[in-house]
Amino acid sequence: MTLATSSSKEDARRIARSDEDAAGLGRGRAIGFVAPALFLITVFLVFPALWTLYLGVTNYRLTGIAAADPQFVGLDNYLSALTDERFRSSLYLTLMFVLGSAVIGQSALGFTVAWFLRPVRKGVKVTVEALVLLAWIIPSSVVAFLWIAMLDRSGGTLNTLLGTTGEAWLLEHPMLSIIVFNAWRGAAFSMLLFSSALATIPPSQLETARMAGARGWAQIRDVVFPNIRGHVLTNTLLISLWTFNDFTPYLITAGGPNRESEILPVYIYQVAINDGGLGQGAAVSLIMIVINLVIALFYLRLLRERRS
Amino acid sequence: MNSTVRDTLGLIGRYVLVGFLLVFFALPLLWMLATPFDSTPSLRAEVPDLTLDNFKVLLDNPFALRSLLNSVVLAAGAAFLVLTFAALASYALSRVRIPGRDALLYALLLLSSIVTGTAAMVPTFLLMFELGLIDSQLGVILVLTGGLLPAAIFILKDFMDSTPRSYEESARVFGASPLQVLGHVVIPIARPGLATIAVWSVVQVWGNFLIPFILLRSPDKSPAAVVMYTFYTEGGQADLSLISTFSLLFSLPVVAMYLFVSRRYGFRFHGGIKR
Repeated sequence: MTLATSSSKEDARRIARSDEDAAGLGRGRAIGFVAPALFLITVFLVFPALWTLYLGVTNYRLTGIAAADPQFVGLDNYLSALTDERFRSSLYLTLMFVLGSAVIGQSALGFTVAWFLRPVRKGVKVTVEALVLLAWIIPSSVVAFLWIAMLDRSGGTLNTLLGTTGEAWLLEHPMLSIIVFNAWRGAAFSMLLFSSALATIPPSQLETARMAGARGWAQIRDVVFPNIRGHVLTNTLLISLWTFNDFTPYLITAGGPNRESEILPVYIYQVAINDGGLGQGAAVSLIMIVINLVIALFYLRLLRERRS
Repeated sequence: MNSTVRDTLGLIGRYVLVGFLLVFFALPLLWMLATPFDSTPSLRAEVPDLTLDNFKVLLDNPFALRSLLNSVVLAAGAAFLVLTFAALASYALSRVRIPGRDALLYALLLLSSIVTGTAAMVPTFLLMFELGLIDSQLGVILVLTGGLLPAAIFILKDFMDSTPRSYEESARVFGASPLQVLGHVVIPIARPGLATIAVWSVVQVWGNFLIPFILLRSPDKSPAAVVMYTFYTEGGQADLSLISTFSLLFSLPVVAMYLFVSRRYGFRFHGGIKR
């Protein structure tokens, strides 16, 4: 009797295990399967991130004396970055870029397309959505030139349409130009996310609100927003992270004129790769990675809360 | 009465808004659609007089077609590595309880979002410099693969979790070895997920500018994304016949692939599928 129970227990355990590992892979082979991927990730993703820590405290340069024998300089790179007028201005421009083009621009455009196009005729709706998606999937060096051409001073489409001859948008309003560009470029993600979020709102709630006289803005504020609050937060965090790491503005203004649109990615490129100041560039890289980490941790916490 | 007026105004407002959105999103794109077929290409989007002469300029340029080929090499190489390694890893992680599995996946997700090409530009450049992989297409492929793998594993693991295990069990009952099960059962079942990851990787690499821009030196090794940039930044007057036709040819593959995947597998939205 006792024997029987123990063997049936063993059976149960074996079944449980086979359910987990249905192909009979075994732990050894499983680790072998994971190893090549982990190796590449370690060498080309983890190691660079950790190396940034070391590089940031040296005066590493590509050429010259410091290239042969990099010296430990402690926190000098961080201190000089934090007191550097150019770095602080770059940080401010980055904040404006993320707030203006992602948090406000992409979210608002994406929501507008997702919400106001719901009752519109199908053909019109599909056309707008297709254009928004096209803006998102075309390679960045192509869209960059499309905007350069459109905003061109003498022959651009925008000046022709507005009748503003000779307005050099990229020289006179470089930040505004890349902000509007990035709102255009990335609105698709918010549109897709909000479309699927809006589809989960029970129609009865919208109907009730309409009966009670809530229309337009009141309806969005009192019915729609409370229902998609989580999605708004998810969307804001993700597009902020991506916009913060976006290098495409370099293709349009290259940080110019006069560093007026030099956001952090462009700053790192100019300082480290162009001018060879790798230690200084690495220090700013680390600051960027830390900011990324903060945004990502917020996002992961949000995911966990929603799951539990 | 009052409410009909309000409804009409609302309707007008809605169509003004739709019109604005249409113009705003279409305006930059019009140039790319019209100019390749215009006999006098300018920076302004105009109705073209339908000529194919501009494509001759494209064929005559020594770098244009070569760079598209380079893009194919980079995209195919990276997609192959990402697909192979991500499929193996995600399958093992989905089916076998390796110690620390959940922590590993959590760390992967975190890593892929914080160590971006932009933030890790400096150490990546130096690493490749030390490894002697500057100006090497293999170097670009490896860096891109390392960057894409975490997200690919994460998405595929989710996908593998949702595929039924009963087929694998029956195949085992009939005496198939674990590798046979993988090749004949798991891969066919997981095909939509694998196709999604393959297309996603190709699209990511196809459009990537920064990594080949900092790691490659010779123009004849550069992919289309970098060569496109040099077309309009280097050397005097930009050749608009070349730029317009090249833009079109360079963009078509990603549009086609996007259409293919969304038709075939109906993926309209997968959180963070494009970064």
